[in-house]
Amino acid sequence: MPIHEKSLIRPENLHVQEQKEVEGVDVSGHWSTFIETRVVSDYNEALQEEIEALPGGENIHRCWQCGSCTNACTVHAINPEFNPRYWIYLIRMGMESELLRDKDIIWQCVSCNKCTYACPRDVVPEAVMKATAHWLELKGHTPKSHSTIFDEVFSEQVFETGKIEDGRTIKQYFKRTGQKFPPNWMVTMVLSLLRNLPVSLLTRMGLATLIAPKTSDWSKSREAIKEYVAEQEAHHRKALGLDELVRAAENEIQEARS
Amino acid sequence: MTDKKTKYQEVAYYPGCALEGGGHAYNRSTKALGKKLGLKLKEVDNWNCCGAMEVKNIDPKLQTYLSSRVMSIAANKMGMDTVMAPCNGCYHNLKKAEYDLANDPESVEVVERLSKKSGHDTYQAGQVETIHALDWVKETIGEEGLKERVKNSLKDMKIANYYGCMYTRPRHIFPEKDQGPGSESTSKPHFMDDLLEAAGAENVEFPLKTACCGGAHTLSDSDTSTKLVLNILQAAEASGAEVIATECPTCHSGLEMHQIRAEATLGVKTNVKIIYFTQLLGMALGLKPKQVGLHENVSDSFAFVKEKGLA
Repeated sequence: MPIHEKSLIRPENLHVQEQKEVEGVDVSGHWSTFIETRVVSDYNEALQEEIEALPGGENIHRCWQCGSCTNACTVHAINPEFNPRYWIYLIRMGMESELLRDKDIIWQCVSCNKCTYACPRDVVPEAVMKATAHWLELKGHTPKSHSTIFDEVFSEQVFETGKIEDGRTIKQYFKRTGQKFPPNWMVTMVLSLLRNLPVSLLTRMGLATLIAPKTSDWSKSREAIKEYVAEQEAHHRKALGLDELVRAAENEIQEARS
Repeated sequence: MTDKKTKYQEVAYYPGCALEGGGHAYNRSTKALGKKLGLKLKEVDNWNCCGAMEVKNIDPKLQTYLSSRVMSIAANKMGMDTVMAPCNGCYHNLKKAEYDLANDPESVEVVERLSKKSGHDTYQAGQVETIHALDWVKETIGEEGLKERVKNSLKDMKIANYYGCMYTRPRHIFPEKDQGPGSESTSKPHFMDDLLEAAGAENVEFPLKTACCGGAHTLSDSDTSTKLVLNILQAAEASGAEVIATECPTCHSGLEMHQIRAEATLGVKTNVKIIYFTQLLGMALGLKPKQVGLHENVSDSFAFVKEKGLA
């Protein structure tokens, strides 16, 4: 099983001079290659603990870097930059700034669970990816990803009514992400669906978007879930020290003003 | 212990949200198939969403609670010992909840607390067995039973069986799989292959049976999903398949949707048909295409099933 290595030499750190002569010897091009030293000095020693405090990140400390997750990964196959093994390594080492270089793709995990299936150490890399994506958002390193917005739209509806209605969720998602609704390809899809559907069924589907399906006697569950969500959110804020971060930022703004 | 054949004759049926929405064809065909085979489905009273693939990203334990409520109703209100969920998402989440409630004290604590506040009985691990529609048909009727009942053989139909992610992964939540002869395999699942073959179909050697269609990000990262789906569609065609048989509403609509999107955005057209296994089995048993909801699929397979003598 191959272990996908991560090259730590970045293109911007490679310096090659087209024309170069050293003591009368022509070292133009490839011969003058110079690799700029890579220095990591800003460790976040609490990084692993912060990820562990978020749901899904609990088992990250178990990783022994075999690389089975990256080898099995669906997204890695179409984008080699997507590398769960490497990100778990960075988190465990506390190399926050290195992790942030990939902040815009970590949310792309499709939850296929191939990594969790392959992992010999029960790290549950899929859940670690979700925890890491949340950490990036909670700390303000990235805006909420479209995936998170979809999760929120969906979950809000489930918590509110106990059930989901596709049309409503999709529409709300497009609205909240500020995208054109419906996209052109969806129009094509709906048109092809209309070809065969009887009127009665269309009416039923249309009604479903107006009158959302509901679980009856849901109010107590709704309250219980909301209470739990609020409790967990407070717990995560504390674990990540978000209130201190906000306070520090406010102080900085105050000082800058005065 | 009663054998599965007897036990699954009457099961609590958990259709889930997708089967009441975009996956209605799967709902219709599952019910029609059950009726045709003389199997009883009792829909779970006043069920709720299992959390799908989204709620776990807000909090995994809430997903466990949502799934546990469904199982609690089946066990404590309806007195059932088996829940059958045709949707891979529902099936997976109920299985996951079962595993967590048997192994993780924290999950038990959260579920107890939320169930108490919600005013219903707390689900106890082991009260019900969750099965997939594939287990249901396979264990009750089986290949021999199907062969006896086939009216319109699926002969000359080349099928790629697509199971997706949530039917087999991660392995630990499916303790009954990988248990030798007669059990389902998590690396090379075959229950759908077995049933369709019994109905006369020719299963092609399909390498992407448990590949991912990108269903979780079908809207939030459509380009990735289109790439993943196109890979599946093209691999099926390269394997000589005319049809991809599906057993999950998310995979099914994902394949249909991104088949259209691949053509619209990448200009790549694929012709392979996308049909639920329950639709294929129903038609093989003599049901009309509309009785199995073929008209509710996004992709149009009418001409195809007619050509194969099923309509």
